[in-house]
Amino acid sequence: MVAWTDAERNAITSVFAKLNPDVVGPNALARCLIVYPWTQRYFSKFGNLYSAETILGNPMVAAHGKVVFGGLEMAVKNLDDIKKTFAPLSELHSEKLHVDPDNFRLLADCLTLVIAGQMGAAFTPEVQAAWQKFLAVVVSALCRQYY
Amino acid sequence: KMSLSAKEKTLVKTFFSKVSGRVDDIGNEALSRMLTVYPQTKTYFAHWQDLSPGSASVRKHGKTVMGGVMEAVEKIDNLCEGLRNLSDLHAFVLRVDPSNFKILCHCLLVVLAMTSPEDFSPETHVAIDKFLASVSLALSEKYR
Repeated sequence: MVAWTDAERNAITSVFAKLNPDVVGPNALARCLIVYPWTQRYFSKFGNLYSAETILGNPMVAAHGKVVFGGLEMAVKNLDDIKKTFAPLSELHSEKLHVDPDNFRLLADCLTLVIAGQMGAAFTPEVQAAWQKFLAVVVSALCRQYY
Repeated sequence: KMSLSAKEKTLVKTFFSKVSGRVDDIGNEALSRMLTVYPQTKTYFAHWQDLSPGSASVRKHGKTVMGGVMEAVEKIDNLCEGLRNLSDLHAFVLRVDPSNFKILCHCLLVVLAMTSPEDFSPETHVAIDKFLASVSLALSEKYR
């Protein structure tokens, strides 16, 4: 089980409380598709992903960004048992969606950058450390059911 | 070997000229974050008295690092040639494990996102990400 200090718990929950679910998820996913275009391979059904502009305006990308954000919310609410909470999602991503787990890290990085952009100076090194530890745990949980 | 398009080079140059007045702070922030978020990087600085964020050593070194980045921006059309001296330094003297370049680049991107949210658009993001990856590659060229 992951050990969280009180400071880390506070940092993670307070960062999360500041996030707008309609903005952060969609922006992070769009950024991922733009900055790491090979990730588009999983979204062939999403229609037009030709340019940064179309990706940013694509309603399916936005909708899926919100789904991803919902997953994060679940993790924040279950900080002490992310592994178990995410077991079904892990199986989904490996067995049904066949997502290369390295992509989870790419999306996590994009999330960090979007949040940094939103929080500015409030995203201190300590807050960044706690947040990235949280994302690393989420990514690890998502990778667990792969074999 | 990844190459930057003309448009990407312009995006990189434009962005860095906009932040050129703040590079010392950016360097300090990026380095401070690296040492805090990735404590294993502290192993390269065991000779410093004070490794805490914003310490004199960290500030000074952040300035040095950003000097290198700005030099790379100027020499964007030929990084391997242009950064030859820095490449030798990293390969034969510093011998920093190349995995750390990725770490510092990430921390730099975080600081740029934080301090220039308006300018750090997705297109600029990908251009800078590619640029920093190319710089890292140039720096590790002589490693073996």
